[in-house]
Amino acid sequence: MAQQVFAYVIHKNGVVDDTALEMITAAGRLNSDVSVTAVIAGSGAELDGVCKVVASSFSEVWKIDNEALAYINAEMIRPMLTRILPKEGIVLIPHEHFGMDMAPGLSVKLDAAYLPDAVDFESIEDGKIKAVREEYGGQVSTHVLCDISQGAVITIRPGSFKADESKSAGGNIVDKTAEAMEGGLSEGVRRFLEIVEAEVGDVDITKSDILVSVGRGIEDEDNLEMVFDLAKAMGADVSCSRPIVDAKWLEKSRQVGTSGKIVKPKVYMALGISGSFQHLGGLKGAPFVVAVNKNPKAPIFQAADVGVVDDILDFVPELTDRINEIKG
Amino acid sequence: MEILVCVKRVPDTSENEIEVNRDGTDIERDDLVYSVNEWDNYAVEEAIQIRDKVGGNVTVVTVGEEEDEEVVRREMAMGADSGVLLSDDAFNGSDGKGIAAVLKAEVEKGKYDLILTGAQSDKGAGQVGGMLAAMLDWPYASLVNLLEVIDDKKIIVGREIAGGNQEMNEIDLPCVLSIQTGINEPRYVGIRGIRKVASLEIPVHTSGDLGIAADAVGESGARIKRLDYFVPDPGEGAEILEGSTDEIVDKLVELLKAKGGIK
Repeated sequence: MAQQVFAYVIHKNGVVDDTALEMITAAGRLNSDVSVTAVIAGSGAELDGVCKVVASSFSEVWKIDNEALAYINAEMIRPMLTRILPKEGIVLIPHEHFGMDMAPGLSVKLDAAYLPDAVDFESIEDGKIKAVREEYGGQVSTHVLCDISQGAVITIRPGSFKADESKSAGGNIVDKTAEAMEGGLSEGVRRFLEIVEAEVGDVDITKSDILVSVGRGIEDEDNLEMVFDLAKAMGADVSCSRPIVDAKWLEKSRQVGTSGKIVKPKVYMALGISGSFQHLGGLKGAPFVVAVNKNPKAPIFQAADVGVVDDILDFVPELTDRINEIKG
Repeated sequence: MEILVCVKRVPDTSENEIEVNRDGTDIERDDLVYSVNEWDNYAVEEAIQIRDKVGGNVTVVTVGEEEDEEVVRREMAMGADSGVLLSDDAFNGSDGKGIAAVLKAEVEKGKYDLILTGAQSDKGAGQVGGMLAAMLDWPYASLVNLLEVIDDKKIIVGREIAGGNQEMNEIDLPCVLSIQTGINEPRYVGIRGIRKVASLEIPVHTSGDLGIAADAVGESGARIKRLDYFVPDPGEGAEILEGSTDEIVDKLVELLKAKGGIK
């Protein structure tokens, strides 16, 4: 692969996102002696600190430094990247809320192929990458062929590639600000206003040792009572997956996942939760996971320690009764 | 406000277990229940609410074949004013960019202030909205879970970011937004509503109508091609508890006690 490989590095409050080192691993899967150029946007001393950290892992670091980038705005950064990136490069970007905002449009502007949410790379041959993706909420996987002859923008699913912590690169930091800013800032069209912090709920599930978590399989709001009954019997708190919050049956503060809370319980009961990667991304600290789901193919069974293939509406009351019996 | 909502007919994953077919060329299509992509349904609801507040029209569009028309009709039953099906053999095998190029051609035939898509669909790519915006040179915001119209020049959008936080932006019209689930509560569509729109004519626009060069879309223009479907090696996976419900409950209670799952 003759093409240059770039990785767009995300950072927040001076801390480099885990996905930075994951992208080095991903690039290495394409070519074992590839050198990867990190591209980082931000502002001032915080950006300089981040660049220094990143330079220990990447062969080169391109920085774009401007006050207006203190909070990253995809609409502002996309035209900058379009100016500095070579047309035929391979650009890796984390598949999260910023990457999803910026990357599809970048592929159009660079006239590059767009490969979204790659979870693995299998091979590269004749100018084509053979990658693995998931469809239908992770129920099935696919191999896709991505023609990279005119460049490619590829988003990488966070957590899919193991971080490369070798830190062997020690690259130069190159200031690309002037080139990126040619023609000025595109700050007109979309203006960042503020971050509205998540509301604090009545229960802080990030502090719970035992979580009974409920998903779409509960079917009806009235059925939630049985979940609270089980949680009470176990001495657990109730959390949930996204559809329950979308339906407004439970408050957002109880949602586990990348767009909800990151939880670290000792025991996690997943009831009627299919197990999307966004949900599993909220589960840290290697808890003992019990999954109950009527679909034996639900992805949650891959993440669980113990599984029960049953309808939660039938199973949960039985389990609650038994625990209450034991406790007398 | 003139609003276009891009929708897609997809297998309903809450109604179906998705399985790979025998030779791995597709998912098993027999007996699949289809519906409108969940994210798109929130987008249509949002468009209808905006129209009811500030006036204007909601148009629903899909790229597909004859059977895909049913989701356009369903969203019209929900309250969209008109619908259009973009259909041509030349569109078959398009990748995300091909679909975005077809939609762009349709957008340019109208005079829209706002285009909504779902944040993602069955394939989990989340790409068409962002591509369409870039092709039109319109501003874009993804994962929108709050939308407030300021005036006919600008709106405020909240984007869903990590940790349940929300990123607020002001964005100029016209723009493209991808809508996240949970932004509203989509209204129920009953049989009566479906019946009311059953006989409406839904126009079909072909590549000729849209002035699209055949090699720009479809399989020849696609730089992403799916080779197969497969079920990944299950790896370790969960230990599935077997037996009668009583036996399973017994085993599970023991395990939970051992792991500190019962206080």
